[in-house]
Amino acid sequence: MSEYIIKNGNVFDPVQGIRGDKADVAIKDGKIVDKVGSGAKVIDAKGKTVMAGAVEIHAHIAGPKINMGRIYRPEDKLFTCTPTKGIERMGGGASIPTTFKTGYEYAKMGYTTAMEAAMPPLFSRHVHEEIRDTPIIDEGAYPVFGNNWFVLEYLKNQEIENTAAYCAWLLRVTKGYAIKLVNPGGTEAWAWGLNCLSVNDPVPYFDITPAEIIKGLIEANEYLGLPHSMHIHPNNLGNPGCYETTLDTLRLAEGYKAKNKFGREQVMHLTHSQFHSYGGTNWGDFESKAKEITDYVNKNKNITIDTGNVTLDETTTMTADGPFEHHLTGLNHLKWANIDVEVETGSGVVPYIYSPSISVCAIQWAIGLEIALMMKDPMRCYITTDHPNAGPFTRYPRVIKWLMSAKAREAQINAFKHKDKVLSQTSIGTLDREISLYELAQMTRAGPAKSLGLSGMCGGLKPGMDADIAVYNFNPDKPVANPEDIEKAFTRCAHVFKCGVEVITNGELISNGNKRTLWVNAKVKDNPQVMRDINEKFLKYYSMTQANYEALGHHFVPNPYALEVDATQV
Amino acid sequence: METVTITMKNPPALYLEADNVSPDAFAGKTAAQIGDLHVYEGNVTSTLGKYFEISGNAGATAADTKIVVKGDVKKVKYLGFKMSAGELVVEGSTDQYAGGWMTGGKMLVKGNVEAFAGTAMKGGELTIEGNAGNYLGAAYRGDWRGMTGGKILVKGNAGSDIGMYMLGGEMIINGNVDVHVCTHAEGGKVIIKGNAKTKIGGQMVDGTIFVFGTIDVMMPGFKPAGEVDMEVDGIKGKFAHYIGDTGERHKKKKGQIIYGNLYKKI
Repeated sequence: MSEYIIKNGNVFDPVQGIRGDKADVAIKDGKIVDKVGSGAKVIDAKGKTVMAGAVEIHAHIAGPKINMGRIYRPEDKLFTCTPTKGIERMGGGASIPTTFKTGYEYAKMGYTTAMEAAMPPLFSRHVHEEIRDTPIIDEGAYPVFGNNWFVLEYLKNQEIENTAAYCAWLLRVTKGYAIKLVNPGGTEAWAWGLNCLSVNDPVPYFDITPAEIIKGLIEANEYLGLPHSMHIHPNNLGNPGCYETTLDTLRLAEGYKAKNKFGREQVMHLTHSQFHSYGGTNWGDFESKAKEITDYVNKNKNITIDTGNVTLDETTTMTADGPFEHHLTGLNHLKWANIDVEVETGSGVVPYIYSPSISVCAIQWAIGLEIALMMKDPMRCYITTDHPNAGPFTRYPRVIKWLMSAKAREAQINAFKHKDKVLSQTSIGTLDREISLYELAQMTRAGPAKSLGLSGMCGGLKPGMDADIAVYNFNPDKPVANPEDIEKAFTRCAHVFKCGVEVITNGELISNGNKRTLWVNAKVKDNPQVMRDINEKFLKYYSMTQANYEALGHHFVPNPYALEVDATQV
Repeated sequence: METVTITMKNPPALYLEADNVSPDAFAGKTAAQIGDLHVYEGNVTSTLGKYFEISGNAGATAADTKIVVKGDVKKVKYLGFKMSAGELVVEGSTDQYAGGWMTGGKMLVKGNVEAFAGTAMKGGELTIEGNAGNYLGAAYRGDWRGMTGGKILVKGNAGSDIGMYMLGGEMIINGNVDVHVCTHAEGGKVIIKGNAKTKIGGQMVDGTIFVFGTIDVMMPGFKPAGEVDMEVDGIKGKFAHYIGDTGERHKKKKGQIIYGNLYKKI
């Protein structure tokens, strides 16, 4: 493999504590190394910013509900198609881009790893086919467990070992990466026309509460010692006053410590926290509770979060939280799709326009930024848009602009129709913090990589790590004349390397790299009971056989990378 | 106002997507520069000049530019696409999406247009002297934002699904229309001087439809609301008033439920 040396760039690497020093980064055989020979190809990064490739911790980028969005929103592709160009295939879509466009757009912004945030296990084959067709970026997918009948039944009887054995089996057959919960219990309740809006609402028939599901899956996660923690979209998303449910959810992590060999420290990851930080009793007195949520998370080190920033775009909301999407279509009267996934989960899809002239949308925008600005430790707070729910991931450069420039935030606040309401219902106007490039590297690289248990592999520039590197046309030594320059610089990289292969030059695709599927192979003691239960449920309830369930082989996972976990000695 | 005349000389084998034939795209260009504008024939990108003979230079702005399209353009789509000002005259008949997404100016088609004319139109005037196809002034596939402004006049007949998701603006059809008028509409006005068939105003939330001729089958969701004397497009008469679609959600204004209105001339 070729050798490269990226010379004289301003390097930001939280893994090694490098804060913008002018340094060289050397690449050999796909890894970052101390030095290379004189024949190495030189990349001149003088006056540019060099960081590790960014890591996406939560986005909906592959699978049946994304495809449902693509199928029922042809208007999303109207005027957004890009033709074939060189090795780049045609693409299309704004909030739900085609798989190819997804890979290209991430790579061009300097992202090299991304996690699909909700994989319905029954449709893991579909998810992996889309992951396979998303070029360049390494991807993993989180199967959803929070409404799964096996989990509900085992946890009803507090059978942690059986839950863990089932989780390990499901991760293996679906080639999944982590334990994801979406509205635990609530989506199952939705199949009965109900919902769980607090952590204590019982799930119909199963007679278990969301709190029991959450605690049980934290315990199963730590029993196995998985690379990532339990990853949760709590109950009561998106409703005024939901922050209390969020705090109740976060409190369930108290007393738990991370047990794993991957360097992960948290036991719970709260995703798209913006949607879970709402106060008020209705949309009229709707207000921010970002302070209450971040105060709690700042104090409790065993939790990490991501933001879920609203980007003020027309987008497509999609979640395994089926009842929420039904609620949303009642609010905006736009088309609604619902999917039930037998035995396991469900989902819904509704288009949404975050309009700057609607006060609620403007307040949501402010809350997402408040969370990022109020979190003291950037290693525990990651930038996301919950793509495509709060906005498309292609708007990350804009979110970065708002976080790095108080002036840019002020300009947006002044442009809102209901500016006064935004200022009275949130504290965005009082926050003058500007995220530094070092903090940005923590929030988009080192932080999410550590939370995912990938800190030895990506998110940093330490010799021995994968050579995932992004070079931006951004000179940190010069004052920012115009905040738009920040957005422009982070939209298209000067150079991107994925595992040592140069994939982007001057914002253009030059290689499709060597994309991998990341998954977790957790070994547990033989558990005949769980194996018998699985067999029985397939015979009794599933509409497919076990033989057609597993995502395996070259067709589904052509280039797997397994993280090995051994829980046989627990 | 400067006039550019484009005449079809070399008809395409496939359908031609000519989304650059608008006063906006032509503005400030010479005949030679206009000839270099792109068109698509199938998956091949080509130039206007390959198919059309172009004479005359455009004005400095769209408002100063008039385009006359001559020859057989029955296989040309997107004429007047996104035009915002100026004039466009099509001497014959043309294919789909004529005047699609237009926001201003005047477009006149002397022959017929195919489906999707005036899709998501926001402003301006679109006049069709012949017949219009299906989905006139409707929303793009999947979209919920149809015609929001401007005026469409069809001197002949129109097809089915006209005014689907219409939100505003006005549409006058001098002849007859096919099934489905103003489905899902939330505003706007449609005047049908001839006869209508079935499913008039299905799932209509708001907006107004006038029918001067017959309606084959009324929607069951519309209920009678008396008779009124009105003047519609200069014609005085007595109309039976119906409100609906009662099976659909409706907004409230000052405590009153706002329905869609259907007036049928008695």
